[in-house]
Amino acid sequence: MEAKVLIPDPSRIKEELINKYPAKVAKKRSKSIVINDPETVPEVQANVRTVPGIITQRGCSYAGCKGVVLGPTRDIVNIVHGPIGCSFYAWLTRRNQTRPEKPTDENYITYCFSTDMQEEHVVFGGEKKLKVAIQEAYDLFHPKAIAIFSTCPVGLIGDDVHAASREMKEKLGDCNVFGFSCEGYRGVSQSAGHHIANNGVFKHMVGNNNEPKAGKFKLNLLGEYNIGGDAFEIERLFEKCGITLVASFSGNSTVRAIENAHMADLNVILCHRSINYMGDMMETKYGIPWMKVNFVGAESTSKSLRKIAEYFGDEELKARVEAVIAEETPKVQAIIDEIRPRTEGKTAMLFVGGSRAHHYQDLFSELGMTTLAAGYEFAHRDDYEGREVLPKIKIDADSKNIEELKVSADPELYKPRKSEAELEELKARGLEINGYEGMMKQMQKKSLVIDDVSHYESEKLIELYKPDIFCAGIKEKYVVQKMGVPLKQLHSYDYGGPYTGYEGAVNFYKDIDRMVNNPVWKLIKAPWEKAGAESLEASYVAS
Amino acid sequence: MLLRHTPTEVKEREGLTINPAKTCQPIGAMYAALGIHGCLPHSHGSQGCCSYHRSTLTRHYKEPVMASTSSFTEGASVFGGQANLLASIETIFSVYDPEVIAVHSTCLSETIGDDLQQITKKASDDGKIPDGKYVIYASTPSFVGSHITGYANMVTGMAEQFAVSTGEKTEQINIVAGWMEPSDMREIKSIASLMDAKIVLFPDTSDVLDAPQTGKHEFYPKGGVTIDQLRSTGDSKCSLALGCVSAEPAAIALDKKCKVPFETLDMPIGLSATDRFIMALSKAAGKPVPASITAERGRVVDVMADMEQYFYGKKVALFGDPDQIMPLTEFLLDLGMRPTHIVSGTPGLRFEKRMKEILERAPYANFRNGAQADMFLLHQWIKNEPVDLLIGNTYGKYIARDENIPFVRFGFPILDRVGHSYFPSVGYSGAMRLIEKILGVLMDQQDRVALEEKFELVM
Repeated sequence: MEAKVLIPDPSRIKEELINKYPAKVAKKRSKSIVINDPETVPEVQANVRTVPGIITQRGCSYAGCKGVVLGPTRDIVNIVHGPIGCSFYAWLTRRNQTRPEKPTDENYITYCFSTDMQEEHVVFGGEKKLKVAIQEAYDLFHPKAIAIFSTCPVGLIGDDVHAASREMKEKLGDCNVFGFSCEGYRGVSQSAGHHIANNGVFKHMVGNNNEPKAGKFKLNLLGEYNIGGDAFEIERLFEKCGITLVASFSGNSTVRAIENAHMADLNVILCHRSINYMGDMMETKYGIPWMKVNFVGAESTSKSLRKIAEYFGDEELKARVEAVIAEETPKVQAIIDEIRPRTEGKTAMLFVGGSRAHHYQDLFSELGMTTLAAGYEFAHRDDYEGREVLPKIKIDADSKNIEELKVSADPELYKPRKSEAELEELKARGLEINGYEGMMKQMQKKSLVIDDVSHYESEKLIELYKPDIFCAGIKEKYVVQKMGVPLKQLHSYDYGGPYTGYEGAVNFYKDIDRMVNNPVWKLIKAPWEKAGAESLEASYVAS
Repeated sequence: MLLRHTPTEVKEREGLTINPAKTCQPIGAMYAALGIHGCLPHSHGSQGCCSYHRSTLTRHYKEPVMASTSSFTEGASVFGGQANLLASIETIFSVYDPEVIAVHSTCLSETIGDDLQQITKKASDDGKIPDGKYVIYASTPSFVGSHITGYANMVTGMAEQFAVSTGEKTEQINIVAGWMEPSDMREIKSIASLMDAKIVLFPDTSDVLDAPQTGKHEFYPKGGVTIDQLRSTGDSKCSLALGCVSAEPAAIALDKKCKVPFETLDMPIGLSATDRFIMALSKAAGKPVPASITAERGRVVDVMADMEQYFYGKKVALFGDPDQIMPLTEFLLDLGMRPTHIVSGTPGLRFEKRMKEILERAPYANFRNGAQADMFLLHQWIKNEPVDLLIGNTYGKYIARDENIPFVRFGFPILDRVGHSYFPSVGYSGAMRLIEKILGVLMDQQDRVALEEKFELVM
C-alpha cells in the first residue's frame, strides 16, 4: 500500500538549498542535488571532491579501509601506522559485533594498536618503529595475521609499509603480514578506502585456504559488517534454510574463513558500494557469480532468500526457504499490524553512508511511511542510478590514483559455477546476476536525491519539509533533535539492533514507533511560554 | 573476557602502543574553539580527522558539535593546502557567518608544512575576511603531545591573537580554564560570583556543549567567551591558570604579550586543590571568602570523616589527562586511599615533576606517562597487583568488567553515561560529587558480593 503524502514542489526547494552558496559552490552543488524520476532516472554528480568549508559528514579513506572493511575480522591484529588519533577514533566506535566459538579463541576487536608516531618519526621516517611494533605484536599475541594501515603523514614521508610488511612476514614465518596504503587524503571519501581494502584482502587473504568446506549451498555474505548483530540474524536464517555460509566480508569473520571464500558457489552482496570490487574480482578469478540481495525489511528478506534458492535451483532448498518464510512472517505481521496505524502517512529522510539510505526505505514503506529525500555520503553514480551507468562513469583526477587490480582467471581454481546458458536462464527468470539497480528507481517521483549533503542543506531540508523522522549519523543526531525532529542513527542504530531479517524488522518497527510517537517531543515548550498561557500574575484567592 | 589476550607479564615495548590513554591534538583545539562565542572550529587537513573529532565530542556530550574542514585531496597534499583553506574561509563566512573561524592543523598539513599564519594573512589581504570578523589559528601537529597539547595550543592562540593591552589595567582576573567540562566552567564562574570576584573565564564551553532543548538548533549557542572579553584579557590585573599542562601556556603568552602576571594552580578537583584555588582567587580579587563557601567546604570534610572507613587503604588505579589526574590523585590521598597504578598518555616534564611532588605521599605508586604509558600497561599492572577501584574514561569499562573492579567514569571521553557535562567535578560541590560516585560503586560492589548473612541494611 502506497502512502499518500503530498510532495512539495522540489525545484523551489532546490533553489532554497543552494542560493546562499558562493556562485562556484552553488553551481557545483546543484549537480549533486537532483529531482528524482524513477522512470527516467536523472544523472547525479557523485564521488567528487568535497567543497572545502561546507561542513560535510564525510570521513576518509583510512576510515573506509581499516574502520569499515578490516575492522570487523576478529583475529587480525590491525596496527595503525601514524599518530595516535586515527587508531583511537576507530577503537570500538563501529559496532561490529563478533562471537568467537570458544572463550579462548582469538578476538582483538577490543584492542587498539598504533605505532603512535612522534615528531622524530615524521622527520627521520617511521619504518623502523613499524617493524618493531609488528615484532612486538607478534611476540605478545602470535596472531594469524597482522595488517598495517597507513595514515596521512605516512605517504608524505615515504614510509614503505608494503616493503616493511613483506620483510616482517618472511621473518616471522607463520604470520601473514600485509599493508594498506589508505592514507586519509586518498580519493575523496571513505569509498577509496573500501576499494583499497578490497584489493588488499583479495591479494593477501582470499585463496590462501583450499580446504573444501562441508555443507550444501555454499555462499559468501559480502558487505555485511554485523553492526548490532545484523549478520547474526542473517546467519540464523541461513542455518534454518540449510544454506552454508563460507565467509562473511567481514562481520563476525575470521582470517581462515576469508582465506577460504573462493570455495563458495555464490557471493551475495548487501552493501554494494563497499564490496562490489570483491564480487567482480572473485568472479573473474574463480568463476563465482554475485547477486545483490537485501536483508533489510521483512519483505526484502523473504525475496532475497527466494533469490538464493532460485540461484541454486534445488527444490528441497526452495521448500525449506518457503517453510522458514511461512514460520517467520506471521510474527512480523502481528507487530506491523499493531504499529502501522501509528506510523502510516508519516515521512522520513535518509542520509547515510553508501548503502543504507537505499535499503532502509523498504522498512519505511512497510511502516506506511514515505521517503521525501535521500542521499549518500560517498556512494558512486551506480549506487544511485544502477550499474548500467558504469561504462559512462569517468574517473576524475582525485580518484585516479586508486589502484585497479588486474585480475585474470586462476589457472587451477577458476571454475564457472554456472554455465552461460544457466546464467541466461536465471536472468530470464528475473534473477539479476552481477547487477544492482540503484536507489533512485525505487524512490518516488519528485523526491529529492542529494549526494554528500552539507550541514546547511540538511537543516534547510528539515525546515522546509518538517519530516517526522530523519535518518543519519552521530554528527547529525543532536542537531536535528534540537529542531524537535527525532533522528534515527542508521550507522550505529543508536546502540540497538539488529535491523536485518525478521527479528531486525520487528526491532526497527518498534524503534521508529517509539521515536516518532515519543511524549518528549510534546514537552519542548515550557507551559509558560505557550501562546495563550495563563498569566502568571494571577493571585490565589482564599476559598 | 573482553581483553583476554593481555598477559600478566610486563615486557617493555618500544614500537607498539596498545589501548592508548590519550588521543591527538586537533580534538583538543576543536573543543577549546567551541568555548568562544560565535566561533566555528576549522580543521585544516583531510576531512576524516574533522569527522572523527566531531563524532567523539558528540558522543561524549550528546550535543551538536560544529566544525568545518579543508577537505584535502591528494593534489592538495602534494602541493599544499592554501587554496583549500582560502576556499573554506569564503564558503564558511557566506554560509555559516561565524564571528570567528578558529583554524587548527593536522598531521597532514603539518607534515606538508602549510603556514597557517601566512595563509590567514593572505585571506585577510585578499579581502576574504569580512569586516569585524576574525580568523585565528593554532598549529596542532598530531605527532606531538596529545589532545591536551592541542587544547593548550588553541587557548594560547586565543590569548596571543585577541588580547590587547591598552595600558590601563582593570580589576578583572583572567581565569584560563584547563580542559574541563562545561559544568566545571559553570562552577568556576559560580564560585567567582559568590566571592564577588570580577573574572573572565576562557575558553568557556558552558551553554555551548550543554545547550537546552528549545525546538530550535542554535548554530552558535549563547555560551562562549566573547571576542570583546578575549580582547580585554590583556588589561586584566592577573591570570590564574588552572592546570600547568593545558592552561599555563596561554597565561605565559598573556604575560609575554601584555604583561599580565599569572599564577598557575592545579585544576580545583578535590579538597586541597579547591582550597588553593579559593585562596588564590580571594587574594587576587582582594575579597574575603564568603561564609557560604566555607560551609560548603565543611560539608565535604564532614562526609569524608563520616564515611572514612570505606575509603581508607583502598587501592585505586587511574588513568587520564594530566591536569585532571594530578589533583584527583591528591584527593584520593586526602581520602586515605592508595593511588596504586596511574598512567597518562600525555608526555611532559612539567607534568612528571608535579606528579612526583604529589606522589611523595605515595612512594608505593606506579606512575608512568608518555608514549607507552597506555591502558594495556595499566591492565598488566592491575593483574600483578589488583586494586579496589578504577577511575578513568569509558574505555576503562573493559578492564573493570574483566577484573571485576568497581569503576568510576571520569575524564574524557565518557561515551556511555550522562552527567559528566551537567554536574561538576571541580570545587567543593565537585568534590562532593566525586565522593558520592566513589562510595556508590564501592558500596554497590559490597552489596553484590557480600555473603547473605553479612549483607548490611545500614552502611
